[in-house]
Amino acid sequence: MNKGYSLFVLLAVVLFAFAPVLVAETPNEATMGLVQKIFYYHVPSAMVMFMAALICGLASAAYLFRTRPGADRIAAAAAELTVVFGLIVLVTGPLWARKAWGVWWQWDARLTSTLLMWMIFVAYLLVRRFGGPGAEKLSAAMAVFGMANVPFVYISVNIWRTVHPTTAVIPKLPGGMRGPFWFCVLSFTVLFGLLLALRTRLEQRRADLEHLYLLADEE
Amino acid sequence: MPMFLKVAWLVMRKDLTVEVRSREILYTTVFFAVACVLVFAFALVKEGRPMDDAAAGIMWISVAFAGTLALGRTFERERHSETLRALMLAPVSRPAIYVGKLLGIVLLLLIVETVLVPLVGLLFHAPIGNRPLMLIALLVSGTIGFSAVGTLFAAMLVRARSRDVMLPILLYPITIPVIIAGVRGTAALFEAVPADELAQMWIALLLFFDIVFVTLSLWTFEPLMTE
Repeated sequence: MNKGYSLFVLLAVVLFAFAPVLVAETPNEATMGLVQKIFYYHVPSAMVMFMAALICGLASAAYLFRTRPGADRIAAAAAELTVVFGLIVLVTGPLWARKAWGVWWQWDARLTSTLLMWMIFVAYLLVRRFGGPGAEKLSAAMAVFGMANVPFVYISVNIWRTVHPTTAVIPKLPGGMRGPFWFCVLSFTVLFGLLLALRTRLEQRRADLEHLYLLADEE
Repeated sequence: MPMFLKVAWLVMRKDLTVEVRSREILYTTVFFAVACVLVFAFALVKEGRPMDDAAAGIMWISVAFAGTLALGRTFERERHSETLRALMLAPVSRPAIYVGKLLGIVLLLLIVETVLVPLVGLLFHAPIGNRPLMLIALLVSGTIGFSAVGTLFAAMLVRARSRDVMLPILLYPITIPVIIAGVRGTAALFEAVPADELAQMWIALLLFFDIVFVTLSLWTFEPLMTE
């Protein structure tokens, strides 16, 4: 691991070590109290998940139309991270919902579309893993179609009553909550960047190795 | 453009000719859809009374399941005798081949639906005659949306390993909006007083879905089918 990565790792560790301290000091929310603290992990994970999904979709489109093998590696790494951060969102969400709404799950627009998007990326990984030769293209198409699908899912489930708070909450956060919240967002983004870079590099190495094997075979 | 339509027409006619001679996919798909409806009937009819809104859901689930089967079989046939490669080698535009395939599958599924919908109406006391034109609009636009994505994925999967499992895995998450719109729209039509406006909104959403996904498929078919 080179110096750049070590610095990055150090930064991520420091950020994540400091985040709980900040979160502990934030004022308790008036109605939900302590339960609301999960917000500092739930929302940044969701933001990072959508970022990862967007990167995966764009990289897949680049791979499909420009046939750049590098883009495919980024897409694969981003898809895995979408699933990981999506899992964090889908675990912290119901935990919070149980306390705030009294139920684990609601078929509300935001929840349903997040779950479906997560499923699309799980399908992406499944195809990649078990699709056999040519699976890269298949999965790339899955990512592109999955991206196009998100607004449709959102509109179609929006007819049911929405209980999930809208994103308009974020700019109106009270002073004591705003700082720690954006600190957590930064932590998660740094972690995401680190994981994406490492995972892409691993994929790159794998491709290089395969190439070398092929060369050795030819000789 | 006329050339494009001509190629699409020829591909569709070829598929339908093969189908008319064997009737394999039509018979098996219709039977499968009927079996599907019966299985649901055992699960969702209690003391002779179906659950509320069950009819709409069962209708669309059966369409989706039967559609998956038909898509798989259609391309299995092409794979079996290597005819898809021959089709791809033909000096015609690839999107035209896609459109031809899509039309063939849509037509097949619509024929299946003419059996399926009356059966659901019969077994689940669904008033299918309430707004026949709107029901047809829902079915046609929904079938096009489902088949648009399905045709593309099934065509890509021809070369893939474990294609039978992969097709539903890819297809269902992507076509969820079609299923939601289809089920909700049909349920609105099946109510004692049909909710016309709601159904129209769902038809509009389906049409919009069709436009976006057919365009996207035409756009990606060429790079995806290049080896």
